[in-house]
Order: sequence, then C-alpha cells, then structure tokens
Amino acid sequence: MRKVYLSIIGFSILCRLNAYAQQTQDTSITKTAVSLYKPVGGQDSTSYHPKRLRLDEVNLISSYYTQTGDHSAITGGNGTQNVIDLSNGIDLHFVWLGQNNNKNTLTTGFGIDYHTSASSAFVTTTGLGKKDGTRIYPSLDWTVENAKSGNTFGVGVYYSGEYNYKSKGADLHFSIKTADKNGEFGVKLQGYFDQVTLIYPSEFIAAITPPPAGAVYVTTASGNTVLESAGGSADGHGSRIGLASSPRNTYTGSLSYSQIINSRLQVVFLADGVAQNGYLGLPYHRVYFNNGRDTIEKLPSSRFKIPLGFRVNYFLGDDIILRSYYRYYHDNWGINSNTANLEVAYKVSPFFSISPFYRYYAQSAARYFAPYGVHSPDDEYYTSNYEYAKFQSSFYGIGLRVAPPNGVFGWQNLHELELRYGHYSQTVGLVSDVISLSLGFK
Amino acid sequence: MIKQFAKILVCLLLTASITSCVHLKEYQKNRINDSEMVLSNRKVEKNELNFQSYEEAASGANAGKTGGGCGCN
Repeated sequence: MRKVYLSIIGFSILCRLNAYAQQTQDTSITKTAVSLYKPVGGQDSTSYHPKRLRLDEVNLISSYYTQTGDHSAITGGNGTQNVIDLSNGIDLHFVWLGQNNNKNTLTTGFGIDYHTSASSAFVTTTGLGKKDGTRIYPSLDWTVENAKSGNTFGVGVYYSGEYNYKSKGADLHFSIKTADKNGEFGVKLQGYFDQVTLIYPSEFIAAITPPPAGAVYVTTASGNTVLESAGGSADGHGSRIGLASSPRNTYTGSLSYSQIINSRLQVVFLADGVAQNGYLGLPYHRVYFNNGRDTIEKLPSSRFKIPLGFRVNYFLGDDIILRSYYRYYHDNWGINSNTANLEVAYKVSPFFSISPFYRYYAQSAARYFAPYGVHSPDDEYYTSNYEYAKFQSSFYGIGLRVAPPNGVFGWQNLHELELRYGHYSQTVGLVSDVISLSLGFK
Repeated sequence: MIKQFAKILVCLLLTASITSCVHLKEYQKNRINDSEMVLSNRKVEKNELNFQSYEEAASGANAGKTGGGCGCN
C-alpha cells in the first residue's frame, strides 16, 4: 500500500514538473493573416449539407488462447482446467453527418468464439460429457457527437449466447467536454439480463423409472438424461429443451473524467459501481465437503463491486510513450484486489511501434472460498472455484503496431495492423498464453 | 479496507487538484493525439481482457464490459 501512495505522490511531482513545459504564450494576433484567398461574395458557409451514410472503418480481431491448470471448479477445485479458445470478431463503423453537422456513428459488431474445455467433460461423472462449445455475441451502438461542443450521446445493445448461458444487455452513455476541450466527463449506464441454464452434475440428476406414459428422456449437455414432456425433441448435443434456467442481472454505473495535463501528459480517472443479483454461481460447479461428500456450489444471490482506476499516459522524449494503469477493487464478498499495468511503446518510426508490457494483479480470497475437501456441510455458502481464491498473477508480453500512411504492406485500405502476444501465470498454477491480431480497414 | 480505499481516493483527488493543467490549443496536441496516447485499451486487447475477467474475481474500471457472457469453462 505504501508503494501505491509513493507512486501517486511521484506522479504528482511529475505532473508539477511538466506543467510548464509548453507554457509559451501565443502571440496576440491583431492583423489579418496574409492570404491569396478571396472569399466569394454571397457564399453561405453555414448552409446545411447532409452527408450520406458511409462505411468509415472495419476492424477484425482474432485471438488464440490456451490455458492449463489443475483447479477446475467443475471437479471441486481439483482437476484439469485445460482450455483452448479461438475468438474472431468484426466491427463495422458507419458514419454520417446529421442536422447541424453532428456526427453520427453506428457501430455493428459480431463475434464468434469456439472453445474446447477438458473440465466440461466432467459435468458427467463418466468424463464423457460435452467438451466444446461456441459463443456468439452481436452488438449495436449508435453515438451522436455535437459538432460544436464535441459532447456525445449514445445507446447500445448486446447479446451473448452459448449453450448454457444467454445474456442480453443495453447501455446508455454520454460525455461532456470542458469549455477548453482539454477535459471530458463521461457517464455510462449498463444493464445485463442473463439466463443461466441449470445443468447439474450427473450424480444429482435422479432418474425416474419407469418414465411416465407419453414422456421421453433427452440427453443434456452434461451427457446425462432428464425427463422431457411429450412431444419434445433433442438435438445432436443433447437438448436444453426442458431444462430450467435461472436469471442473473447486472447493473453498472460508470463514471470517467479525462484531463490533458500538458502537451505530453494526460490522465483519466475511472469509477464503476456494479450490482448483481440472481443466480451468481454455476449449477455444475462441485464442492467436496470435509466429510467426503459432494454438492453444488452455493453463493449469495447478490453482490456489489466497486472498481476504481486511473490511466496515465506520458510521451517521453520523441520516441517513447509510457502507458500505465492502476485499479483498486473491492466487493462485498470480501475480495480486494490491486491491478497495475505498465506498457512502454517505443516508436521505431512514426508508423511502427514495439510495446513490451507487464501487468501485476493480486486478490484476496472471497469469504466463501475453500479448496477441495475443506468446506464443512454446516457452511452457509461454499465454493471451490479458484476465481475466488487468494492469488497473484503476472501477465507480460509484447505488441507490435504498424500504421504506415500508404497502408500496411502497401495495401491502402489496411491502415493499421496490431499483433500482440502475452503469457499469463497465477500463483495457484493456472498458466495461459494468448496471441491476438487486429486489422483496421478504412 | 475502507480506510485504505479512502486514502487512495484522497491521494487521487489531491493529485488532480495540485496539478496545474496547461490549456492546449489544437495545434499543440500533436503528441497528445498520437494513436499510442489514447486513454483506453487497445483494440487488440479486447479478448485478453475477456480471458482475464473469467479467471480473476475483479473486473471493471477499464471502460469495458462488466457483465454478459459466461466464461464458465
């Protein structure tokens, strides 16, 4: 904690030293600048010129992620966590000028992930359950920017769907610039309305024998069978028809304030308040008690989170940009965490930069967490999901960014390419690697 | 813990208040407007942040999503 205070005080001194770096006053201009341009008489420069909708930018992002570990929550905190995930997303940015030349931006996004997860197979005790899955997540956002003030207002909607989880979300956001346009205050209100499909570990599903007349059994995603009403049908993986779901709602209020300190330094402060209610565990996460018996994890039905953070970006000399981030997090399940990130972007040329980065993260355990075989049956709440354990993690790697004026590889439309690799490790044994590629087209 | 939180908040407010901000005109913002100086996550970080939010209890305060999607592998 002392390091945090010293860092903040150091940052204050840095700001102070650089506050006058560009202090030279503009010469007051009283004469009209010499120009060969002669305005055409009667020309109305304020007339309304509506601009048509056009596709301004397309972004493609792909990632390949691998993970290993031995603390899967599906097997009670003791079992393989091996995961492979391939993510692909596309964003289309449409722009047009509306009334008063206000800039309208419509962003449509679509993403699809495919993953294999070794632990998923153990939802059923045989280890023969479904190991892979697909998630799709379309989104839509409309933002309008006032041509004079630079203030913005927008709304967005999201959807995320995978075999055992559905999420619908919406947000409203706006930002207001300060009079000198060197500061900006932002507000974002988000709501997510999720449904958790209640797929239980196979040992907790009671078979009904013999089945009632007219009823059929269908295979669930867990590889087990559940009773379905007459007329139901099952797909190739086992149907979710007939399986109940439980709601999970998330409401977030986000505040931000960004400020240009001087010509080399800018900062943004970020504060969120997140309230969740509903079914906050997962129905196929097992907990093994100290008496050898197992059950399903049980967590409170509400949670409140307060993350607070700031970013500081500093242009050092002519070639180096320091990008830093810090976050403090607290929630009412007893978790406190600190996250610090530093990235040093070195500009090899104005259009090519290399950015090594390091991120440190530390969290305390939730009061409901205990490892395999430690919880007592008398506990009110219990989980062996290592997401709620005490641990530290390190994430380091390197990024490349290429954005030449004549396009990447001479292709004019491809204006930006970013490639980034990172290696992540937790002190509780989870290790992962991720490589991502982003392409920007105009 | 609330005391620690309050101290950090006070430090941040102190930092903001004691720092003199220079008024920059648009033509003086060539470094501030550099694409590497953007005060947000890089586009290429989008999926990384998802993976971290699945494996860690903390999330938010990074101008990104704070809900939606299971990540329950």
